[in-house]
Amino acid sequence: MTSSPLTAPAPAPPTSPVGGRRRRHLRKFTRRDVGVFALLLGIPIALDLALIWATTTASIGLSFTSYNGVTDIKWIGWRNYELIFTIYEPFWRAVRNNLLWLGILGLIATPLGLFLAYLLDKNIRLTRVYQSVFYMPVVLSLAVVGFISQLVYSRDHGALNVLLGRTDHPTDWLGDPNINIWAVLVAAIWRHSGYVMVLYLAGLKAVDSELKEAAVIDGASERQVFFRVIFPTLRPINIIVLVITVIEALRAFDIVYAINSGRNGLELLSVLVTANIVGEASRIGFGSAIAVILLTTSTGFVIAYLTQIIREDRS
Amino acid sequence: MTALATPVAESVDAPARRNRRPIRPARILLYAFLTVMALGWLAPLLLAAYASLRPYQETAQYGYFSWPHKLSLDYYKQAWSGAELPHYFLNTFLITVPAVVLTLFLASFVAFALSRFTIPGRKTLLVMFTAGNLLPPQVIVTPLYTAYTKIPLPEWMSSSLSLYDSYIGLVGIHVAFQTGFCVFVLYNYMRTIPIELNEAALVDGASVWRQYWQVILPLTRPALGALATLEFTFIYNDFLWALVLMSSGDKLPVTSALNNLRGQFFTDYNLLAAGSVLVALPTLIVFFALQKQFVAGLTLGANKG
Amino acid sequence: MAHNVSRRALLRGTLLGAGALAVPAALAACGDDKGGGGGTVNKNVTFGSNYSDDVPKKAFAETLAAFDQSKGYTTKINTVDHNSFQENITRYLQGNPDDAFTWFAGFRMRFFAAQGLATPIDDVWEGIGANYSEAFKIASTGEDGKKYFVPFYNYPWALFYRKSLWQEKGYAIPKTIDELRTLGAKMKADGLSPIGFADKDGWPAMGTFDQLNMRMNGYDFHIELMAYKQSWTDPKVKAVFDLWKGLMPLHQAGANGRTWQEAAQDLGAKKSGMYLLGSFVAQQFKGADLDDLDFFAFPEIDSTFGTGAVEAPIDGFMVSKKAKNPDGAKEVLKYLASAQAQNTYLKSDPSDVAANSQADASGYNALQKKAAAFIGGAKQISQFLDRDANPTFASTVMIPALQKFINDSSDIDGLLKSIDSQAKSIYAT
Repeated sequence: MTSSPLTAPAPAPPTSPVGGRRRRHLRKFTRRDVGVFALLLGIPIALDLALIWATTTASIGLSFTSYNGVTDIKWIGWRNYELIFTIYEPFWRAVRNNLLWLGILGLIATPLGLFLAYLLDKNIRLTRVYQSVFYMPVVLSLAVVGFISQLVYSRDHGALNVLLGRTDHPTDWLGDPNINIWAVLVAAIWRHSGYVMVLYLAGLKAVDSELKEAAVIDGASERQVFFRVIFPTLRPINIIVLVITVIEALRAFDIVYAINSGRNGLELLSVLVTANIVGEASRIGFGSAIAVILLTTSTGFVIAYLTQIIREDRS
Repeated sequence: MTALATPVAESVDAPARRNRRPIRPARILLYAFLTVMALGWLAPLLLAAYASLRPYQETAQYGYFSWPHKLSLDYYKQAWSGAELPHYFLNTFLITVPAVVLTLFLASFVAFALSRFTIPGRKTLLVMFTAGNLLPPQVIVTPLYTAYTKIPLPEWMSSSLSLYDSYIGLVGIHVAFQTGFCVFVLYNYMRTIPIELNEAALVDGASVWRQYWQVILPLTRPALGALATLEFTFIYNDFLWALVLMSSGDKLPVTSALNNLRGQFFTDYNLLAAGSVLVALPTLIVFFALQKQFVAGLTLGANKG
Repeated sequence: MAHNVSRRALLRGTLLGAGALAVPAALAACGDDKGGGGGTVNKNVTFGSNYSDDVPKKAFAETLAAFDQSKGYTTKINTVDHNSFQENITRYLQGNPDDAFTWFAGFRMRFFAAQGLATPIDDVWEGIGANYSEAFKIASTGEDGKKYFVPFYNYPWALFYRKSLWQEKGYAIPKTIDELRTLGAKMKADGLSPIGFADKDGWPAMGTFDQLNMRMNGYDFHIELMAYKQSWTDPKVKAVFDLWKGLMPLHQAGANGRTWQEAAQDLGAKKSGMYLLGSFVAQQFKGADLDDLDFFAFPEIDSTFGTGAVEAPIDGFMVSKKAKNPDGAKEVLKYLASAQAQNTYLKSDPSDVAANSQADASGYNALQKKAAAFIGGAKQISQFLDRDANPTFASTVMIPALQKFINDSSDIDGLLKSIDSQAKSIYAT
């Protein structure tokens, strides 16, 4: 299915498809092998456990306290969660926005990225130029994203209102909390598509062109070639992209933060966490509680999906 | 789109042959569509770049969407020297390059081990790595910062004598954080590589290391290329870890230098745009350099059979 | 597949990996103190600074260089960009802070002093106290009565306008709120937005609230409210919002989508009649436009309070608790509190005013001269909502609340109730 490398020491070509059932008697690992495993598996595991999981556990613990970063840690049980669900104004708006983000990324941005990758995978000239153009929004730093959004969407001075000819009653694309999330979602599509495109380009390289040719010779239309030959081969990449899309939607932060620090209709859960923890606000316990809510939502989804994959692996 | 049967079957090894074929209308449509999309994609960026060439007073008076009275590269010069970009670029490379290399190296080996061998608890490990990447990074800021300040380092490793405010600490958290994502991507990618390749190599007496380095790694080159580009972009553009884990102004990466172009109150956005263009260049260069790895059609089908 | 990595090997590997990470940690750092042994005066001082943009950075470096020369010290400035410095302040002060650092007066200062993150500097004030008015002394004092802060410069909030426009249209400066309303109606009829307004960044609207509250309910009530010693559901607060609601039609529409710079642009383009902002608005203007800029105090609402309260946030310096060289830091602060240092710094600044009462005003532009007199004549000085109130409350509660009010000013009771219950949960911890 994939192209062979150039310097494979094992000259024997694969004779059976994936999942051959023949059991051979194979040698056991040498001590050197075990050493390599130990080191190159051990280090990432240790790093991950120490820097990510230990700290996450600490944060989960902090979510039950009223810690403010300086004074002593005081245990307050579920109070933070209570406050978040009842009197914390921006929370439910943030939940709504994150779900919107998920819907738009999943239904529009990701398919668009696939579509672009598919088009650019054909042997056309300038494919590298096109790819670079579509990838460029991914590369931009926060500062310029905020500026660009102002250039385009500003009520009085922005390009969009000038183009649409609205000067008397200009639309407040960024300031009106009823519509600004949509303006921002356009920017999110703009960024996310390029990201997904890069992943799909790598995946499309794995598609066997001979299979495609065979299908075409058999008389399949382009559509059929895509859905019967290419799409199934992309399955591993599809899984990756799906999970990434969900992660990006739940973790979305950059664009709204650059525009107006994520307020007035542009609230997102990760922004609320930042506002309470990273800024001068220093409401660590409270912010950690919001983060735990976010974490629980994301983890639930991914564990369900991963269990499914691993179950498939076994069968 | 109508069927494009014949062009799909072509291989890039024969561009000369392609030139002699007549251009099909469907092809023109394809190019037209892509060009329109590309222009739409570029439009905001071009507008920002245009603004970076004009003085602030002018755009304040006439708006950003107006004809120029004066165009100059002054802001670029100012951003380069005023924000001390060369110094900060160096800082960023000292952080980004080791982080990307280490991340890809470790993650590819973990993915290799998990996908090829029956390692005890590999399902747990996979979930551990992937789920670890799910959290918004802000979650672990405070415990991480506290831990870093308490771990001492010798002078030659860190001038601040602890993991806090050191590049080692910063690279460490980048690696830890991004490894999860890369393990996930590479695991799924490696699952598509036939198991027979491994077994054949083992019969030949190849060690685990050789299987990894000489058999599997070259096969994952497209994924590695894509990941290297993405990882470079992510780590390069990061501002959160640097913000939280560093306190020396002159050790900060270039994303922070960009913030220096903003005033306490007043920001010259045109200057900021010029600085942003300069700051975005390295990631674009990396993208161009690595494009070959995942541009379709170059080595596909070259060594079949 | 029959490849088995034994559990033992994996565990061993993880421990080895952890060990590889821990080795540097285990190496005892046997560094000695940097600079200065016992007995001699340590002349190396580190300074954490958020003066990150070009002009202030250079000016500050120049000021400290003058200090170095005169006293034979070596100061090292550690500049971090403005926003990052502020966002990081709690971590910074607990981690590895510099000897002295830039900061602001008000609750923001008292909070860190109360946490024990700053060194009291009463000894510095013994030398400089004579040059500072009572208002500055109060602003520099912590909750325990000790001084923690040294002022450097400040800038007033007022209503700015373009002289040429007002002359042309025949507008007169309003002295009371009724006069302001009449003037606003006249401006509207002339096709202008009477009062410029921009709250995309969240904090500018606080300026309007502060002015209205101080004029209606007095400085003392305002400061108590900031410290949450008064409730937000108090009828006095409601009265402020009701008044504001009535004034809203005079304010520029669509404020939540507009940055203050855009609003300043509109002021410059003569699209709005006046704009309530800090004197940093002058940074937007150059040349003849700058000369055309002038300001007046927010008009009186209640004659018992008049216009004696001025909002003039003070920027200055503090000494960190973990300073390696606190005595050196205090020397620097003593110098920076002098009129000479402040004049050196302000040479390149078009909008701020020195805090020292002896500072030489001859180098100021017209706006600065007026600002200096304005602040000098103030009965009380406030620091702005986000510096007078708990910073968590200001950023996570007040900003969204004011933006909501701007969008929809119908349910003031509900809004105040929400603000109050959130304030309770924040100030209680």
